[in-house]
Amino acid sequence: MSDDKKLSGAQIFFECLKEEKVEHIFGYPGGATIKLYEELYDVDFLEHILVRHEQGATHMAKGYAIVSGKPGVVLVTSGPGATNTVTGIADAYMDSVPMVVFTGQVPTHLIGNDAFQEADIVGITRPITKHNFLVRNVDEMAETIQKAFFIASTGRPGPVLVDLPKNVIADFSNFNYPDKIDIRGYKPQYNGHHNQIKKAAKIIEKAKKPLLYVGGGVIMSDGSNELKVLAEETGIPVTMTLQGLGAFPGTNKQSLGMLGMHGTYWANRAIDECDVLITLGARFDDRVTGDVNTFSQKSYKIHVDIDPTAIDKNVLVDLPIVGDVKHVIAELAAEIEKKPKIDKWLKQIQQWEDECPLVYEKDDGKLRAEYIIEKVSEQTNGDAIICTDVGQHQMWTAQYYKFNHPRSLITSGGLGTMGISVPAAIGTAFANPKKRKIVSFSGDGGFQMNMQELITAAHHKLPITFIIINNSFLGMVRQWQELYHAEKYSFTDLAESNPDFVKVGEAFGVESFSTNKIEEVDSLLEKALAVNDRPTLLEFKVVKEDMVFPMVPSGGSVKDIIIRKHNPNKLV
Amino acid sequence: MKRTITVLVENTFGAFDRVATMFSGKGFNIHSISIGRTEIDEVSRMTIVTEGNDQILDQVTKQLNRLIDTIKVVDLSHIPKTLRELALIKINYEHDSIEEIKNLSDIFRGKVVDINNKSVTIEITGPPEKIEAAVNVLHPFGIVEMARSGTVALKRGEQLKEVKSKKSKGKKEKK
Repeated sequence: MSDDKKLSGAQIFFECLKEEKVEHIFGYPGGATIKLYEELYDVDFLEHILVRHEQGATHMAKGYAIVSGKPGVVLVTSGPGATNTVTGIADAYMDSVPMVVFTGQVPTHLIGNDAFQEADIVGITRPITKHNFLVRNVDEMAETIQKAFFIASTGRPGPVLVDLPKNVIADFSNFNYPDKIDIRGYKPQYNGHHNQIKKAAKIIEKAKKPLLYVGGGVIMSDGSNELKVLAEETGIPVTMTLQGLGAFPGTNKQSLGMLGMHGTYWANRAIDECDVLITLGARFDDRVTGDVNTFSQKSYKIHVDIDPTAIDKNVLVDLPIVGDVKHVIAELAAEIEKKPKIDKWLKQIQQWEDECPLVYEKDDGKLRAEYIIEKVSEQTNGDAIICTDVGQHQMWTAQYYKFNHPRSLITSGGLGTMGISVPAAIGTAFANPKKRKIVSFSGDGGFQMNMQELITAAHHKLPITFIIINNSFLGMVRQWQELYHAEKYSFTDLAESNPDFVKVGEAFGVESFSTNKIEEVDSLLEKALAVNDRPTLLEFKVVKEDMVFPMVPSGGSVKDIIIRKHNPNKLV
Repeated sequence: MKRTITVLVENTFGAFDRVATMFSGKGFNIHSISIGRTEIDEVSRMTIVTEGNDQILDQVTKQLNRLIDTIKVVDLSHIPKTLRELALIKINYEHDSIEEIKNLSDIFRGKVVDINNKSVTIEITGPPEKIEAAVNVLHPFGIVEMARSGTVALKRGEQLKEVKSKKSKGKKEKK
């Protein structure tokens, strides 16, 4: 075959993206990828979103992936471009988000020579990717890219990195996209073991105090409808992890809200007292279990997960079912013939809720984050796409925003990445065909970690309401300092060193407002949420010393839970 | 307790590093690791000696299986197997001790593979316990250098062919 039928690596790259139906890439050009960008100039089947920092691109890809259900795609250059993606990749890995990150690399003959803008990104990202590849020859490019998308989006999803040396991008080869993919070492198991599911059904039928413990796996497998059927047919109450919020409607009375360190009192009591714990797509994270030795000791544990390594990793379970959560829930619901008798159990949980409801100080006239989040929840009916950063406002969002839909919360659960909210919200805006409202919550600390991306939002006229909950502190660290570290507020006070956020917003071309008055919250939110052709920034100056409760101390158990009313001295 | 796992991996760039990274990242111990080619060109076999109870081994094997380049993982702890290791042991000998070293080495079916007027190198092959015993016995003579291959292992008995060469199926033709 003659050379003129051959395609360059850059052309093959975009042919592959077309095959994978990629519509958006988040990227930043550079020397090693300049040929790809030359080709991109004439590509019209996808939109490239120019970010301002490669970390922003990876967080955008996360927001995009969670809302769209498709892998987020990132394209960056070699060296610093590549290393800047590390945090976002690690974040996506911890939260099992499908993502394909393409990095430029120095030409193959220079690899290992400490060439300009060289970094061994494949070596660096090995422990934080589901898999990664270095494409050493243009003939391997198409197959490698196909594998990358396949691995990222199947089984337990995760980020996959593909390193593309500059000469490989420039070389020529035949383009051939195989229709079928076969990786003999990678065969995710989707169907759960039938007998195990049958056994689980029998046990659930006889349970007196059953509880559904639901994680992000239910959302990632699109199993929310199946979960709703299972929960409604059996009447079993549902508690969710941070990543699981939205898998079951927060306004449904069977929802107990979030469990774990800052979960509701009644969800944590329920997990402590239940006799059958049905774990669906969750992984017994330490923020959920606290002390594993005292975690839910009385329960028979059923664990459904697509990742065999999640089984028996932190907590030993009685009945593991490896398979796709959506499939297994559907089969399980079909197998259950009798409703378990749980009226007494539900009454007990209600009693716990009545004893210690979620409360915050409302009578002192001061503005609090909880109030703002409650208002956002009310004004959006729990239907918005919500992005949060990490820390106090994140936990308050989990507590006070009533998520009614899956794929609605983008937050950093596993890695706890500050600075994710602003770019994640931007990513969601490109994957939002139903034009849902998008709200990004940040603290004053985290906002400053990726605020450069405001210009990306402004440039693309994205209708996002950016909310800064400004307490002039790194609030969660401050909370721990107050409770456990002798009230030494070491380097957490930002009062003297915060920028003027309204000026920041306006400098980026984002209409910005600030208030510390309760009575202005409603009208500002209304105004901002009504805007649908550009971003708006709202800064709410809240009380400095507010704390997140309830709180199960790190490594503690439910009996150690700190309820606000038991700590009158700590009340502010 | 020492446990032996055998892992078949794709003979690709970085496959070995992925396994090593997984062990260090998850905090699992490695006593020894050996890697070499198999009867199939594009497949390598790793033999890993690690330590831990059943729960840890369960996690180790699952984590190994999770790696994309891993084709098959077998925990040999509870099944009949053949274990072999090779050691090269160099001893600086005294004139009156060489005979004794040679005799002891013979007991372990060791071979003298190198000798000069100061030092002797002995090669010993066998199950890891035998190597341990030989090292202990030779230790008093002053071992100055030692190299051990790490354990390699195969399951005993008949083996059904579970992994086939991709190449034998005929690679996709390139147009």
